[in-house]
Amino acid sequence: MAEMTLIDAIRQGLDEELARDDRVFITGEDVGKRGGVFRATQGLFDKYGPERVIDSPLAEMSIVGVGIGAALYGLRPVCEIQFADFIHPAFNQIVNEAAKMYYRTNGEWTVPLVIRAPYGGGISGGLYHSQSVEAFFAHVPGLKVVIPSSPADAKGLLKSAVRDPNPVLFFEPKKGYRLIKGQVPEGEYTVPIGPAQVTRAGADLSVFAYGMMHYYCLQAAEKLAAEGVDVEVVDLRTLYPVDKPAILASVRKTGKALVVYEDNLTMGYGAEVAAIIADEAFTSLDAPVKRLAAPDVPGVPFSHPMQDWYMLNPEKIAGAMRELAAY
Amino acid sequence: MSTNVIMPQLGESVVEGTVSKWLKREGDPVKEFDPILEVNTDKVDTEIPSPAAGVLLKVLVPEGTTVKAGTVLALIGQAGEAPDENGHQEPVRQSIGEPALAGPNGQPQRAAPTPALARAASPPRRDLGFISPVVAKLAEEHHLDLQLVTGSGQGGRITKKDVLAFVEAQSVPAGQAHPAQAEVPQHETQSELPPWEKPGEGDLFRPTELQFGVGQPGQILGAARETPRASEQPASTDDSIPVEGMRKLIAEHMVHSERTAPHVTTVFEADLSAVLAHQAGHAAEFARDGATLTLTAYFVAAAVAALKAVPIINSQWAEDRILLKREINIGLAVALEEGLIVPVIQRADEKSLLGLAREINDLARRSRARALKPDEVQGGTFTLTNHGVSGSLFATPIINQPQTAILGAGVMQKRVVVINDAIAIRPMIYLTLTFDHRVLDGAVADRFMGKLKEALEGWR
Repeated sequence: MAEMTLIDAIRQGLDEELARDDRVFITGEDVGKRGGVFRATQGLFDKYGPERVIDSPLAEMSIVGVGIGAALYGLRPVCEIQFADFIHPAFNQIVNEAAKMYYRTNGEWTVPLVIRAPYGGGISGGLYHSQSVEAFFAHVPGLKVVIPSSPADAKGLLKSAVRDPNPVLFFEPKKGYRLIKGQVPEGEYTVPIGPAQVTRAGADLSVFAYGMMHYYCLQAAEKLAAEGVDVEVVDLRTLYPVDKPAILASVRKTGKALVVYEDNLTMGYGAEVAAIIADEAFTSLDAPVKRLAAPDVPGVPFSHPMQDWYMLNPEKIAGAMRELAAY
Repeated sequence: MSTNVIMPQLGESVVEGTVSKWLKREGDPVKEFDPILEVNTDKVDTEIPSPAAGVLLKVLVPEGTTVKAGTVLALIGQAGEAPDENGHQEPVRQSIGEPALAGPNGQPQRAAPTPALARAASPPRRDLGFISPVVAKLAEEHHLDLQLVTGSGQGGRITKKDVLAFVEAQSVPAGQAHPAQAEVPQHETQSELPPWEKPGEGDLFRPTELQFGVGQPGQILGAARETPRASEQPASTDDSIPVEGMRKLIAEHMVHSERTAPHVTTVFEADLSAVLAHQAGHAAEFARDGATLTLTAYFVAAAVAALKAVPIINSQWAEDRILLKREINIGLAVALEEGLIVPVIQRADEKSLLGLAREINDLARRSRARALKPDEVQGGTFTLTNHGVSGSLFATPIINQPQTAILGAGVMQKRVVVINDAIAIRPMIYLTLTFDHRVLDGAVADRFMGKLKEALEGWR
């Protein structure tokens, strides 16, 4: 086991996959010579050369479009979108082409594509460097959506994503790139896409989260433990497909559910989780299913105090946990 | 085995109470829930009901004594039974005097219902509040009466934990459930204390909030009268006028009317040129015949004409039918110093303008002199209030029950109006009809007002 940051784990995962499979290549803005604006691909250009780590033009639609073409052709592209906020020009390629190719060709053609993008706020990024976009894509059958919350998961899930024959969107919580540190197993391992993980077992209430929010939930759960409330924390990890059995098992145990996500509240990913719980765990519920998320505001504010007001943090999450526990 | 009557905790901050009066004597038979004594604290006066049926075996605390909450006040048992004064169970610490929800450091703790709760003779049925899906499921699975389960959730809600704890406690034999509470036996020391200092088990008289988690002190025990003394005392600098007599009657009538009838008002205006011209031409003649000709007479006459044209205005709502009154008896609101009174012009449709003028004069004079006869203020089917005399432009008076409508006449003012696309000055008046929308719709009311306006504007 080695301790490393989230970004280091991602880089390791890319490195290992590039080494393992010649068909794998990376493309995106500034990924090559610059090593990525977050240094996710640092050193890989030197190690694998310009035909495996490709600097693309500033054109997201073609980053993804070329990736789709390459994948159809038999390669294993890992496309980077520099900030998830810029994925929108590529939306048509992702939703109309990548997602539907397998279905539309009656299973003859697959798109084994990974699209990586840093997402989320809390880094004073303002409107166009802070967005959460997972809700748009988790809504489209034909895509997989994965969001790691720990270095070990980031590396393991990324490797699984590269090997998956489906298009996988891999969103990385950028605030946690250097903030989230953890132990990563030595040697070859993958984390399967699909299962959620109970990261803290508890009895009083269940909290479902992913990305940076899951990291905060663990902190909030510690606060509540000191107050005598035992919180079960579940890291969803794979947003689509949804790990319903894990979600329902946790709610059946505790009877209370809180879903935390940093995206806007309305129509965010957590709304679907809440709906699943209300639908399929109804007779186990001892309290209404609660969601905690960002206010329905058009953008993540740039000014620090406004950003603090907007963003969730361990205190706000702890408050929501307390309220639910007291119900 | 005798049953203890316990001094209850009559409120969160109340720790003691005074026995003010025993309602039963030793040897009296009592039924469960019969009031057996009265207890006084500085916040609440309450009757304490008997926790069991039987005979009041022994009174332990005399009248006038103040004791802590939880103290045994009396014993109830079967006739002829020897009262068991030393208490028949070890003290249950958590039931005495402290709200169960606060732990030693003020940290919130969950109140675990004691096994004694399961032995309680069926407590009065309470509103259980919201029963969540899982609580309902568990109750069904375990065949529970949720009335027996204390709620520790918000607002006293029964939570899943409460049910599970209750189920677990029920499965444990009562004597063994709380070994930690078997203190160093106090029986030796207890026998030295006067009986009323010995704390009791309190399962039947635990504070309402602890037993049921909801409600105010005295809610179940009854007769907890809130003393609104604070709000009744006026500040020393305020004057107060007692409400009695006419003011009281008016207040009651107005409230009743507003509450009964849905009030709607429609506003018209009328050009009084023709009426003024007629008045000018006939005032002297009327004066010779003993009548002062006022505008009121014209309003009443015009109202009569309009009521004849639209009879449904002259009606009364009678729940399943509308009574069309045959007589047209017009009430006139007369302002008095201390209020108002409404004498009635009986059968106004039988009177000429002169007759109306005479009667109006007479009724107004005798109203102010307090010389009206009782049947002169009764039987009205329609009311006119000439509020314009005090300067009001238009108003929305309250219907004089049980009538259907009330006509308001505002102050007459010369106003600029448009006639044939030219500016003219006319003596105008706003006329309002406030009507009961159960009986009338707007169109009908407006038709009446149209006729009224026609009658006034076309006066010859």
